[in-house]
Amino acid sequence: MTGIEANKNTGTKRSDDLAPHKWESRRLINWSSAWPWVSAMVLLLALPVVFPSGSAITIMNQMAITIIFALAYNMLLGQGGMLSFGHAVYMGLGGFFCMHVLNWVEYDGLWLPLPLLPVLGGLFGLAFAFIIGSFSTRRAGTVFAMISLGVGELIAACSIIIVVFFGGEEGVSGDRSMGPEVFGFDFAQQREVYYLIVAWLLISTLAMYLFSRTPIGRITNAVRDNEERAEFLGYSQRHVRWISFCASGFFCGVAGALFAVNLEILTEENLNTTQSGIILLVTFLGGVGFFVGPIIGAIVFTLLQTVLSLYTEIWQLYLGILFVLTVMFFPSGLTGLIAVHIAPWKAGKLGLLAVPYAKLIIPLLAFVLSGAAILEILFHAREASVGDEAMTLYGITFNSHSLLPMIVAVVVAAGSVVIMKRIMPSLKEAWDAASPVSNAP
Amino acid sequence: MSLFIVNILDGLVTGLLLFMLCSGLTLIFSMMGVLNFAHASFYMLGAYFAYQISTYVGFWPGLIIAPVIVGVLGALIERYGLRRVHQYGHVPELIFTFGLALLIEEVVQFLWGKSQKAYEEPAILDFTAFSIAGNAFPAYKVFMIFVAIGIFLVLLYILTKTRVGMIIQAALTYPNTVQNLGHNVPLVFMGVFGVGTAMAGVAGVIAGPVLGTFPGMAFLLGSIVFVTIVVGGLGSLWGALLASLLIGWLQTFAASYNVRMEDILVALGMEKPVDLASSALRDLWTLTLPQIGPILPYLLMVLILIVRPQGLLGKRET
Repeated sequence: MTGIEANKNTGTKRSDDLAPHKWESRRLINWSSAWPWVSAMVLLLALPVVFPSGSAITIMNQMAITIIFALAYNMLLGQGGMLSFGHAVYMGLGGFFCMHVLNWVEYDGLWLPLPLLPVLGGLFGLAFAFIIGSFSTRRAGTVFAMISLGVGELIAACSIIIVVFFGGEEGVSGDRSMGPEVFGFDFAQQREVYYLIVAWLLISTLAMYLFSRTPIGRITNAVRDNEERAEFLGYSQRHVRWISFCASGFFCGVAGALFAVNLEILTEENLNTTQSGIILLVTFLGGVGFFVGPIIGAIVFTLLQTVLSLYTEIWQLYLGILFVLTVMFFPSGLTGLIAVHIAPWKAGKLGLLAVPYAKLIIPLLAFVLSGAAILEILFHAREASVGDEAMTLYGITFNSHSLLPMIVAVVVAAGSVVIMKRIMPSLKEAWDAASPVSNAP
Repeated sequence: MSLFIVNILDGLVTGLLLFMLCSGLTLIFSMMGVLNFAHASFYMLGAYFAYQISTYVGFWPGLIIAPVIVGVLGALIERYGLRRVHQYGHVPELIFTFGLALLIEEVVQFLWGKSQKAYEEPAILDFTAFSIAGNAFPAYKVFMIFVAIGIFLVLLYILTKTRVGMIIQAALTYPNTVQNLGHNVPLVFMGVFGVGTAMAGVAGVIAGPVLGTFPGMAFLLGSIVFVTIVVGGLGSLWGALLASLLIGWLQTFAASYNVRMEDILVALGMEKPVDLASSALRDLWTLTLPQIGPILPYLLMVLILIVRPQGLLGKRET
């Protein structure tokens, strides 16, 4: 009931990260497996040097916060099999609390260095997760999902009523630079905030990774896959879920605190169901069956969101289509798509796939672009003001009310579908040749 | 007293409307074990289709055609979307219907725009049916009550008295046995999904003119619908009816009686703080019943979950 059986169908063995855990090692983490962390750290430190512009740093801050949030969310969805539709609440509550703490620092003389603020946000998220988890983690699956939705709605609705804490319509705002300086930084600069967020990103990611390796993390997996067997082993499924729910709430609170530090304002929008839906989308897009999935999802989603919203008004429609297609055709997400290529790569047969992929990419691109063109033309024809019939798409300016561009777009889309159908058998053949399983005698 | 009767009737309209959604949702849930998050989106589609049809041929054809289109669309989505995702397990199914709900909202905004549509009740029903001590009760609401009760009775008759209903009821509990007896269970599922969504479509058609036809209407009602079926007990049709009426009345009464927290607190012997603006409890003092009306269903759900986890009339523990 609770397990996400997605990975069974991709033909890969279930694993929560790309490298299988070796039982011979006594340590939780091998020193030889430390290189991804070190390289991630170097990369994160170098990014503001490569992209020094203010907008790039804003996007990277947003991305880092989304990564923490998505990883915390995946502690439930991927590792615990709990689908939460109201998870933005824990991030939002942590954020609101931290905003108040920042105001206490500013007006009431509370002494608190800014880098420690996420601990407070995390504890606040943990406290709420503890209370709400006490009754919502009784069952997993559908029931948990509905309770999480109801509780999420309840708190989102309360946020308009309880003005003291949530600030009503305009939200709560503050100033992050009023606390004591830390090593000469007062965190007024966006770049200083970036390093603060990145430090917390590394700490929380490592902590969440280590959590998934501890016995409680492993039992969470067991409860996800078969709660009855876990109970027979002597573990209360409810307590196991409750503990991982609390841990997830803590890291959501951390993400909320960083959000408060980054934007210095929180409103009702930060904890409503839309926000919870977005984090589900991010996590699922990245791949719930892998530890790195949410990271990839958060990066891809933030980039997509930024780029698409620059170019088109209907970017949310595209994201919706992408989401539904992902659930239908790639339930293990982007990471799953990458992971299925590991076996051919290890067998040294990835080259066999290169030619069919190269053949596929052109009609696929044509299909995506022409499909988007159809939607854009329809949208422009309906939305644009009267008399404004000229629209520019892919560098071509034309009349959106005339039939010709529409016909061209439809023909290209249909043609690319036909070509893709023709190519599919050869791709499947290449796959059969490349995957080592089917070659085994 | 007269206000009380008007509220009873208004609550009945809301409750029956909720029940038209909940009954389909509960049937689909108990049959396939999948909670259709997009159920309220079909309700919204019903309203929009009916609006579009009403601009061409008027209200009455829309009442028939729009639910049929919605039902066919629902059946197609079950056949080509949900059945495909079903093999991955229950959680991806839920995520699929959730994604569908997002997508339908975006598509509706794409096709009809973000603003409210001028979808109106037919002129023939635009009069006051009766009035109780000066409170007018519009004929359209009477019509809504009759449509909802009529549909409920038809559904009850089909489910309990006909052969099709027997097969559906059997397939609810023992799908494999029914399949072995030679019935096409996937077809039954598709049919139930189609009929369930069509009922949501009918609810949309008749609620559109009263509650407004706008892209947020699915979301507004959707979360209440889920609360209702949890309160009533997952999979219980009578529980859904009871919970729908309960929540309908709860919301109507909360909206019309201006009970102020201040009066209650003073009656309890507490003293109102002089400097209210700086008091940490100022929200408690300024609270009114209409203000907390929207959150009452959620509070009820949390209470029910703590006191009686299986819901009011549910049999299985949730």
